[in-house]
Amino acid sequence: MNDRLAITLNVNGQSYPVTVEPRKSLADALREDCGLTGTHLGCEHGVCGACTVIVDGRPVRSCLMFAVQAEGLAVCTVEGLAEGEALHPLQRHFWEQHGLQCGFCTPGFLMLAAGAFEADPTIDEAEMIDVLSSNLCRCTGYQNIAKAVSLALQDMRAGV
Amino acid sequence: MHGTSYSIGRSPKRLEDHPLLTGAGRFAADIAFPGQVTMRVVRSPIAFGRILDIDTRAALDCPGVLAVWTAADLTELPPIDFRMTRVDGLEPYRQPVLARDFVRYVGEPVAVVFAEDAYAAEDAADLVFCEIDDLAPRLDPLDEPGAFAPGKDAGLRTEPAVLRKGYGDVEAAFAAAHAVVELDVAIGRHSGVPMETRGAVAILDPDTDILTLHGAAKVVHYNRDAIARMLGREPDLLQLSESHVGGGFGIRGEIYPEDVLVCAAALRLRRPVRWIEDRREHLMAANHSRDQRHRMRAAVDARGFILGLDVCFFTDQGAYIRTHGATVSDLAAALLPGPYIVPAYRVEGRIRLTNKTPCGTYRAPGRYETTFARERLIDAIARRLGLDPVAVRRVNLIPETSMPFDRGIDALGTHVVYDSGKYRDLLDRTLDHLGYPALKADLAARRAGGEAVGLGLAVFVEKSGLGPRDLARVNLGPDGAIRIVTGACSIGQGVETAMAQICAETLQVPIARMAVIHGQTREIPIGFGAFASRVTVMTGSAVKLASEDLLGRARVVAGRLLQAEPALLTYRDGAFHHSETAASVDLAGIAAQSGEGLTGEGLFETSHMNYPYGVHVAQVRIDRETCGVTVERYLVAYDIGRAVNPMLVEGQIVGAAVQGIGGALLEEFVYDADGQPLATSFADYLMPTSREAPPIEVLLREDAPSPLNPLGVKGAGEGGLTAAGAAIASAVDDALGHPGLVTRLPITPLALHEALTASAKR
Repeated sequence: MNDRLAITLNVNGQSYPVTVEPRKSLADALREDCGLTGTHLGCEHGVCGACTVIVDGRPVRSCLMFAVQAEGLAVCTVEGLAEGEALHPLQRHFWEQHGLQCGFCTPGFLMLAAGAFEADPTIDEAEMIDVLSSNLCRCTGYQNIAKAVSLALQDMRAGV
Repeated sequence: MHGTSYSIGRSPKRLEDHPLLTGAGRFAADIAFPGQVTMRVVRSPIAFGRILDIDTRAALDCPGVLAVWTAADLTELPPIDFRMTRVDGLEPYRQPVLARDFVRYVGEPVAVVFAEDAYAAEDAADLVFCEIDDLAPRLDPLDEPGAFAPGKDAGLRTEPAVLRKGYGDVEAAFAAAHAVVELDVAIGRHSGVPMETRGAVAILDPDTDILTLHGAAKVVHYNRDAIARMLGREPDLLQLSESHVGGGFGIRGEIYPEDVLVCAAALRLRRPVRWIEDRREHLMAANHSRDQRHRMRAAVDARGFILGLDVCFFTDQGAYIRTHGATVSDLAAALLPGPYIVPAYRVEGRIRLTNKTPCGTYRAPGRYETTFARERLIDAIARRLGLDPVAVRRVNLIPETSMPFDRGIDALGTHVVYDSGKYRDLLDRTLDHLGYPALKADLAARRAGGEAVGLGLAVFVEKSGLGPRDLARVNLGPDGAIRIVTGACSIGQGVETAMAQICAETLQVPIARMAVIHGQTREIPIGFGAFASRVTVMTGSAVKLASEDLLGRARVVAGRLLQAEPALLTYRDGAFHHSETAASVDLAGIAAQSGEGLTGEGLFETSHMNYPYGVHVAQVRIDRETCGVTVERYLVAYDIGRAVNPMLVEGQIVGAAVQGIGGALLEEFVYDADGQPLATSFADYLMPTSREAPPIEVLLREDAPSPLNPLGVKGAGEGGLTAAGAAIASAVDDALGHPGLVTRLPITPLALHEALTASAKR
């Protein structure tokens, strides 16, 4: 258990040399070793999706992936979503449509939708809404999340 | 009246969202201190038994482990006391911070391990061995009460209290009845289950001797005093600090054993101590709720008017009485009659203990349960008399002319007086909105075509704005920034935005430069927190008073600056104007001339709650093969008196409705015959996803403002949930052409299949 491995994680385009136990989850490594606490842990068994990040262009539950498995892959977390001060269309529409209340599940939903679009830029609205059912939110009833994602999808397609 | 984009009644974007959208939120698990120690709780694997021995040696030998404690190490800590609804005789049933003599539910803390990191703590916790002499667990609250502590204290029984309330001549009502309708219904065990698990981080400042508990929520001032009492510390030497809180729903922010343990450990170990709950722990350790069985008898006349109501209900409170005391049963008993006249009422609420996770409140406590029970009863009355269920409701609704309506009963220590309401008007508006006759005809046609579709409606009264008081301070800083300091807490509902809008309404300045402080005991001496849909009513009213006080002070300064009689100045768009000289000075200009700035203070007090009300309508479709229920359409009509921010109000209602649908169709904490919990992951405790959540329509009304506060507002937090079980049950009956089929929530496919099979056999 204590044979720690030195690896380098590539997160949001930045290199993070870290030394971790092989059993350490990617979520824990992001939060504790990279200091990126925007990725949240809601269940640690892969159901709620709060920990969703994008790994090599696809949405991934970071609680179900070991940090060592992410070596050499491009990881994107919620901290990397905005471009400087400019919010990503998903962030902007979540804000405008009241797509969040407590905000705990929000990073997971943002990365899920962003990752689904990245994996398939032709994804349509119905498919996107279907993808959203893989994450849990306890505050919003999903209505405003769906609205925000639909509007953001239009912007992402238009490249706004 | 001015109408800027940020004042009351408008829906500006929330002040709190930017950090939450960019990953800059600070939730409990995001708080870390150098040198921190991780606490891991060892939990009972057994539902009920005598503790013979707890062997901690192997755990202590693990690398990185600093200490392992059992109850024997913490003899000075008293059990956790009641925050609310203290009823005589409940004290012996309070929960100790670590199990003493007995374990009483699977998940009960029996020991704690302190280690250098979470992985090491968890490894070591697995090695703590509990030797327990198993006893037969008590799982059915309807069983005859037995010994709470067998062989130790014969006087303690598993029915620690029975609440009795009532008014009017019930016997006479039954003697005069045209018919007596009886019904026995049950509501399953479910709970709030916020997406963030609990977390507590305690750190001692050795220089000041001040201990700070981070991860606090909901009721920080009360919790500071209560934890300080338990630790034997002066309240001044304990601070509670709320950061972002990932959902509350009644269960988060009460004092649990873990909160006290991290504090005690930070004092003893002289290092920061951190505990973050995992989801499995959460589902068996944080408060459960609901879990009631109602036996009702109604005496009715030929129109279905209820002459008298006689109810006995049982609340399965789980293994201990936690901080809420008798709250849920008290609310259930007092508010069961809901929006109806009910001239005579007698209720007996039996609090029963079982070997399950202890219970507390969950959003709309006592109302979700009793609205299900009462509205099922109304449907049963209509069925018995061959009347239209909507007509029976109409005949029983309290008329507007009877407002304020004194129920003649107490709830949470306050007299229940419905402050205002136009119940019949809202029912009519709801039916109009739906195009009720056409909708019924459409569904009948679909049923004739073979579909199992149906409509259900339920009416309810909520309660909100529990006192006794709240304090707020509004500070205008020398730089013109406005800081609103409250004793409220934020559990994600939009407190900052709502408070800022209320302030902006008076000060007529944008909310963007406002900072709203909440959940910090060091900032303000009085605070009653966020529960019982009280923040906008109570804290909001205090913020309004504080804003007006600030404006009065600013007017005096403006008079001096503009060399005018202050009373003659006109205030408009954030500035005072001299009517003759056309000179003016704005708040920032006044602040700049006021040294440290200006502070207004407002204290709002009330001895009564107020009572919002509404109607839920559900349209469902049932797959006869799988007995799966799909909600096709859902409407919540709700009169909130006045909506500070309609977008936030609708957000509350929609989110609550989906939780209510979860409780009606999916969610349940199930136990096996040994008392082992079977729902300890999100794969077993099913909550609605976007697939199960129907579009929710909100018919938001402001027809009956509350006369009890200067804003006229009533609470928004719970009414979206209250009648969900009732409306869906009624819709399922309708869809299957089986009135009275549903008598229990949740209506899982298995439960529905069993009910249909049983009904076919009859």
